[in-house]
Amino acid sequence: MQPIISVQNLNKTYASGLKALSNINLEIHEGEIFALLGPNGAGKTTLISIICGIVNPTEGTVLADGHDILSDYRAARTKIGLVPQELTTDVFESVIATMNFSRGLFGKPPNPDYIEKVLRDLSLWEKKDAKIITLSGGMKRRVLIAKALSHEPKILFLDEPSAGVDVELRRDMWEMVRKLREDGVTIILTTHYIEEAEEMADRVGVINHGEIVLVEEKAQLMQKLGKKQIRLELLHSLEAIPETLSKHPLRLSSDGKELVYTYDTRSDETGITVLLKNLSEHGIDFRDLHTRESTLEEIFVSLVTKKK
Amino acid sequence: MNIYAIKAIYKFEMARTWRTLMQSIASPIISTSLYFVVFGAAIGSRMGEIEGVNYGAFIIPGLIMLSLMTESISNASFGIYLPKFSGTIFEVLSAPVSYIEILIGYVGAAATKSVILGVLILVTARLFVPYDIEHPFWMFGFLILTAITFSLFGFIIGIWADGFEKLQIIPLMIVTPLTFLGGTFYSIKMLPPIWQTITLFNPVVYLVSCFRWSFYGVADVNVVVSFGMTVLFLVICIGIVWWIFKTGYKLKN
Repeated sequence: MQPIISVQNLNKTYASGLKALSNINLEIHEGEIFALLGPNGAGKTTLISIICGIVNPTEGTVLADGHDILSDYRAARTKIGLVPQELTTDVFESVIATMNFSRGLFGKPPNPDYIEKVLRDLSLWEKKDAKIITLSGGMKRRVLIAKALSHEPKILFLDEPSAGVDVELRRDMWEMVRKLREDGVTIILTTHYIEEAEEMADRVGVINHGEIVLVEEKAQLMQKLGKKQIRLELLHSLEAIPETLSKHPLRLSSDGKELVYTYDTRSDETGITVLLKNLSEHGIDFRDLHTRESTLEEIFVSLVTKKK
Repeated sequence: MNIYAIKAIYKFEMARTWRTLMQSIASPIISTSLYFVVFGAAIGSRMGEIEGVNYGAFIIPGLIMLSLMTESISNASFGIYLPKFSGTIFEVLSAPVSYIEILIGYVGAAATKSVILGVLILVTARLFVPYDIEHPFWMFGFLILTAITFSLFGFIIGIWADGFEKLQIIPLMIVTPLTFLGGTFYSIKMLPPIWQTITLFNPVVYLVSCFRWSFYGVADVNVVVSFGMTVLFLVICIGIVWWIFKTGYKLKN
C-alpha cells in the first residue's frame, strides 16, 4: 500500500546554521496513529512544520497522499490539518467565525452541518458564539483541534497535544483521536510524554538530535526492548543475598524485604525456574510475587542516552 | 484560484475593521475634520486663493491623500503583522493558498478600508467647504490606485517589522514628513526654485498633484508624469512583495 506520507532524505539547516534535521526517511501508513517521540529540541516540530508547509526544507522530498508538498502544495495541504503546539488563536474572534475562516482558507465551500458536528464532538457547540479570549486554556486547545478539522483533512498532525492540558481533557482528546482514526483519518502526534504514545500509538518513531533513531510497531518495540522484573516479597527479611545465589541477576531492596529479579523477555532462557528452585533450596520463602514490564519511558530513556 | 480562501481572509480583515470602528474609521475622520476647521475655516479665510482655488477647497485633495496613505499603510501593516505576532500566521502558511491569493485578501481588505475612509472624508469635507470634482472618474481611479499602492507598501512593512516599534517607525519618520512636505497644504510653486527641485524627489508630491488635478484641473506637476510615478511606486512594491514571497523572507524559515 502507498504510504500516506513519505519523507525522503529530508534535511533542514536553519539560517542560523542550526542543523535541525539530518537525512530523515519516514513513511506513515494510512489510517494509523503514529507517535513521534523525542526530547525537547529533537526536531519534532521542525519535521511537522516542513510537512505542513510552514518551514522550507533545505533538501529532500515529502509526499502527502502522493502529492509533493512543494510542487503540488495545493493538493497536499488540502489533505492536512495541523494542531500547533502553542495556543495561537485569534482571540477577538468568535469560535464559529474562526471555524468558518479556517474552512474557507483551505478552499472548502461552507458546510454549517459539518462545522456543527465538529463543534459538538469537541463539546464546543455551546460556546460557538463566545469570543476565544473568554475561553479557558483547555477550551482554546479544543478550538485549535476543531479548526484543524474544519476542512475534513485525511491527515491530522497534533504537535504536543497534551502540553498544559488537564487530565480530563487529555482523556477526551485521546478518545477523540481514536474516533477520528475509526473514520479513517491518519494521525501523527508528537509528544515527549511517553504515556501518550504508549496509550494511543500504533507505531512509534523516536527522534533525537534531528535523526530518526528508530521506527517500530509499539507492541514490538515494547517486546523487543522490554525488560521484565519479578519482585518477590519475602516472608523473612534478608541481610544480604546468599553467595550461592549470586549467579542470578538479583537485587535486594534496602529494607531487605524484597528481592528483584530482572530478565530479558527476548531470551529463550529466562532463568525463572532455576531461580525459584534455588530459592526454595535455600529456604527463602516468599509471600507474594509481582511481575512488571518496562514502560516505553524506560525504553526511550535507554535509547536516547545510548545515542549520546 | 482558491476563491474561498481569498474571501475568508478578506472577510476576516473587514471584520477586524468593524470591530475597531472607532480606531480605524472614526478617528481619522475626526482628525481630518480638525484640519478643515483649523486650516480651512480659521486660517483659510485669511489666505488668498491658490491657482484660482479657495484655500479651504485647495487642501481637500491633499488631506484625503494624507489620510489615505497613512491609513493604508497602518491597515495593511497591522493586518499581516498581527498574525505574525500572535502566531496565527501558521494557518495561512499551511493552507492551500498561493501568495497571490494571500496578497489579494490582505491588501484588498486594507485598500477597501482606505477607499471607504477616503470617501467618508470627502463627504465630511462638504460640511466645511464647497468644492467641485472636475474629473470624478480619475479622482476615484487615483483614490483606488493610491489605496492599493500604499496598502502594498504597508504589507511590506508588516512583514519586515519584528516589533511594534519597527511597525510604527516608517510611517512616523518617513511617510508623515513626506506627506506634510508633499504639497498637501501649499502649492509647490510657492516654494523657492531650489526647494521646488528638491521636492520633486518626494513621491507624495506626485500623488497629491495628480489627485488635486482630478478635482480642480490644476496641478503642480504634469499629470501624466504624476500618474507614471504613482504606477512606478506600485510596480516597485509589487516587485518587493514578489521577492518576499519567493524567498519566504521573515515568513518561512
